[in-house]
Amino acid sequence: MKTIYRNVLGGKAGTLDVLVLAAILFAVFPFALDPFRLSLLGKYLCYAFVAVGLVLCWGYGGILSLGQGVFFGLGGYCMAMYLKLEASDPVSTKIQSTPGIPDFMDWNQITSLPWFWEPFKSLPLTVIAVLLVPALLAFIIGVAMFKRRVKDVYFSIVTQAIALILSVLIIGQQGMTGGVNGITDLKTLHGWDIRSDSAKYILYYASGVLLIAGILFGRFLIASKVGKLLLAMRDKEERVRFSGYDVANFKVFVFVVAALFAAVGGALFTLQVGFMSPSFVGIVPSIEMVIFAAVGGRMSLIGAVYGTLLVNFGKTYFSETFPSLWLYFMGGLFILVVMLFPNGIAGLMDSHVRPWLARRRGARLRNAETPADAPPVDSSLPGTATVRSPSPLAPGEGASTPRVQPAH
Amino acid sequence: MSWFSEFGAILAMQGFNGLSVFCVLLLMALGLAIIFGQMGVINMAHGEFLTIGAYTTYLFSSLTTSYAPAFAPYYFFFAIAGAFLIAFCVGYLVEWGLIRHLYRRPLDTLLATWGLSLVMQQAFRSTFGAKEVSATLPDWLMGSVKPSESIDIPINGLFVMGLTVILTGMLALLLYRSQWGLRVRATTQNRIMSGAVGINTRRVDRITFALGCGIAGIAGAAFTTIGSTGPTSGSLYIVDTFLTVVLGGAASLAGTIASAFTIAQTQATAEFFMHGSMAKVLTLSAVVLILMMRPQGLFSIKVRR
Amino acid sequence: MPIDESSRIKNSRRREVLRVIAALPLLALPLSALAQQFPTTKVNTTKLAVTDGEVTVGQLHSATGTMAISETGSIQAERLAIDQINATGGVLGRKIKIIQEDGASDWPTFAEKAKKLLVNDRVAAVFGCWTSASRKAVLPVFEKENGMLYYPTFYEGLEQSKNVIYTGQEATQQIIAGLDWIAKQKNAKTFFLIGSDYIWPRTSNKIARKHIENVLKGKVVGEEYYPLGTTQFGSLINKIKLQKPDVVYAIVVGGSNVAFYKQLKAAGVTSDKQTLLTISVTEDEMLGIGGENVEGFYAAMKYFQALDNPNNKKFVEAFKAKYGEKSVIGDVTQAAYLGPWLWKAAVEKAGSFDIDKIAAASPGIELKIAPEGYVKIHDNHHLWSKTRIGVAQKDGQFKVVYESGLIEPNPFPKGYQ
Repeated sequence: MKTIYRNVLGGKAGTLDVLVLAAILFAVFPFALDPFRLSLLGKYLCYAFVAVGLVLCWGYGGILSLGQGVFFGLGGYCMAMYLKLEASDPVSTKIQSTPGIPDFMDWNQITSLPWFWEPFKSLPLTVIAVLLVPALLAFIIGVAMFKRRVKDVYFSIVTQAIALILSVLIIGQQGMTGGVNGITDLKTLHGWDIRSDSAKYILYYASGVLLIAGILFGRFLIASKVGKLLLAMRDKEERVRFSGYDVANFKVFVFVVAALFAAVGGALFTLQVGFMSPSFVGIVPSIEMVIFAAVGGRMSLIGAVYGTLLVNFGKTYFSETFPSLWLYFMGGLFILVVMLFPNGIAGLMDSHVRPWLARRRGARLRNAETPADAPPVDSSLPGTATVRSPSPLAPGEGASTPRVQPAH
Repeated sequence: MSWFSEFGAILAMQGFNGLSVFCVLLLMALGLAIIFGQMGVINMAHGEFLTIGAYTTYLFSSLTTSYAPAFAPYYFFFAIAGAFLIAFCVGYLVEWGLIRHLYRRPLDTLLATWGLSLVMQQAFRSTFGAKEVSATLPDWLMGSVKPSESIDIPINGLFVMGLTVILTGMLALLLYRSQWGLRVRATTQNRIMSGAVGINTRRVDRITFALGCGIAGIAGAAFTTIGSTGPTSGSLYIVDTFLTVVLGGAASLAGTIASAFTIAQTQATAEFFMHGSMAKVLTLSAVVLILMMRPQGLFSIKVRR
Repeated sequence: MPIDESSRIKNSRRREVLRVIAALPLLALPLSALAQQFPTTKVNTTKLAVTDGEVTVGQLHSATGTMAISETGSIQAERLAIDQINATGGVLGRKIKIIQEDGASDWPTFAEKAKKLLVNDRVAAVFGCWTSASRKAVLPVFEKENGMLYYPTFYEGLEQSKNVIYTGQEATQQIIAGLDWIAKQKNAKTFFLIGSDYIWPRTSNKIARKHIENVLKGKVVGEEYYPLGTTQFGSLINKIKLQKPDVVYAIVVGGSNVAFYKQLKAAGVTSDKQTLLTISVTEDEMLGIGGENVEGFYAAMKYFQALDNPNNKKFVEAFKAKYGEKSVIGDVTQAAYLGPWLWKAAVEKAGSFDIDKIAAASPGIELKIAPEGYVKIHDNHHLWSKTRIGVAQKDGQFKVVYESGLIEPNPFPKGYQ
């Protein structure tokens, strides 16, 4: 019980962080925002899944994937295929030359459902596919790349190429995939209308719950032996290899986990937005998702969520207020964050806000009691004192490159 | 005229096409390659430096047509020089303001330069408008030569080819036969030692980065003969550029040349036998596969880290 | 507003006179009086953003991203139309206020902004979208929230919605007349179809192929698609040279467009040796390509800036006065200009801003001030329009060489699917 408390919730400070996030997501936002803004927020939460996955594979594993859109898209497409089949029942598509198949297939003279669409007639198979297809692809890429020791910038560019391959493929095979328009006009999930306001609320809460569950799983992973090895590997890969570990296996593992996060986000995204298109698979969205994680703090699972929300709200706000200038703000934000706050919001919290809070509390204590008994400021820092560095090798130790400190 | 000789002509033209794709790729990649080789940094705003070159050409062209129409056949050379200078200066500033703070974090440079590319695109849009523009190219550039009745060789292709050969040659001379090249190679191989023996590595970095950007400017100017000029034109080239550089491997001019050649030939051949889209997929997959076989690129030299 | 609903085209002159007479007393009334004649409670029963003095509409295009190149013209034309409407008294005595949103060339953003415009701002109409993908993304939003979209681009058809008025041509309108003309003029038997790889070129080429094979009894000797953004067309050009088609039928778009034509010219494929017909090059694209690179090629559109009629002269003059002497107007820009005018006519015919009433009132509405000449909304919410063939000139304009009769819009063409 105690280990669960420490490893999954991250002790007192970690529990507090999760509770604050839960309170914001489940209590503050639904009442402060109108249904339209809330449905936007639901969409952002889907991106947050990808960002949380990236914290694991980039922040802890040191693998920068610029192709997470691939997994987000695959998850989303699997879900969209099920919804589209449900929306294309023979009655509502009776004006087509072949009723009962998706409208875009009919436009492309396809007269029967392609074989790979068949499994998506069933909901359980769809749910399995949402997880299995992206995981399998990530596994194949991972094994192919990491076993051959492709790493760093090389790996990033390869993932970018894969994102491009997949989006060109989807666009090119429009008879079977809906092409550049994507799979649109999705209506119901197993008879349940996903477009109604109540559905939006339910999906929002579902995303929030799943996201927090995901974060807890991530924490468990980080606190486990795998997490420690990942950090060690990130900082000194050779030493870990010489200690007898097969480095590639761990990399494949964390890459698959990140892909799973992205896939779940993609499936929920399809449900909330009501369509899926190849524009989520390409290079630009993939890089944007990395930016979300960077703004939140690449070493912080919870920070990634805040980062995603902040960037997306900023994007929406700036583009509504300054339609022709907002790219300056966004570009400027990315540059600023990377240059000045490499640990993102979470880093700022740990280095500035928390000490400041502690000082204030310390000062209050001093005023109330005898000054001499006041605890030293540093030891009372929540967050920094608890699960600071799970790595057996202190991060940055002996490394020629100063590494960003883990926080959570 | 027999079908056979006609087929031969197409074959010749297709061969030339492969070569010209190769030169375009190489020209795009040269600037990025020396930056990547020297500093291990991928500049995501590389495409925007190409665009700077393209817009410079457009400016020179409109100035020429309004003030000195007689000068029209020759302005292009000055435009190329101007493109180099402007891109060089912007690159110098970017290195000073941005890149030098991130040398120890190469993956972060990816993100920061991505932000930079957004800013630069919007700057182009604010300055030149969202619509595409077109530089009026000298007539002599836009025709074709006819070595035989059925063969047309595009002059702009020849021009890009010539430019690529000259630039590559100059760069090779600079890298392997000059003081500066010596310093660059020294810094690449062992940065700390180079600093210890008195090389100002900071300065070498800055000049290298600026030079890479300047070459991108030249490429951008040359590409106005074959492509579009608009705020986002540069982004049409970047993925191909990245792949060429990465496939070539760090710190190797020969590697970049070999990789541009491999990609260009794969693409040109595939395009002739299948749809453009499928040819693209095939080419990209081939690159990914080759990288799997040779994780550090086609050619890579031993680098002390 | 006394609009004679039963009027026919042949009675149009008499109707015009009637309308002018009917409008005379309105001109004498101050604005507020007109607005009082149509109290807000009566003309707005669905809580749209309509007050006694103002009506709010939305504008949803890409001001940033790759599509900004194309969509800027539409933004400008819609603004011009709205300014002109405001200057002549607004709609039902109310000034039009615009809320502009940026779709940022990103389809989910389009859906998000459409929802914002309809749900938060309660706009009375939206003028927007350009690509098919953006339209497909917003369509469910418009249908669910019951909004009205005026969509300006020529597109692939296969769609019809109560909540959309398509002011551009659907594929058969644009394609068939052009193919018929070129087949007859050039006695063309063989065609080479080229497109960027997405739905509009593919669907359009499908219609073109059916028409070539079944009606013109010709032959398609090649059909090729390249990804959007391709910059190297050398192989394709060699294939064209190998096949020697009578006509190259090109639907290349975006940045690829420029590369395609520049490389075509450099390879010696010019209009004196090769007939080329395109449906994707307007005056806007010519800016980027450069007139000298497409000189002599044919384009099939419903509108060219060079059209010689009084409406168009006035329109071009007003456009240049507002956006500068150098600005050009393409087919889509003109279609976007029609949007606000068609909406105004529908509102006045319905005597209400309610979406359902506008949708019901729209079929049959005629616009005589249209720069392209005369247009009329069909029951399927597309426009009756003419198709013209233009020859590209060196100065970036087209010379109109052919004009069809009024063509019925047919978004679900039988025999072409």
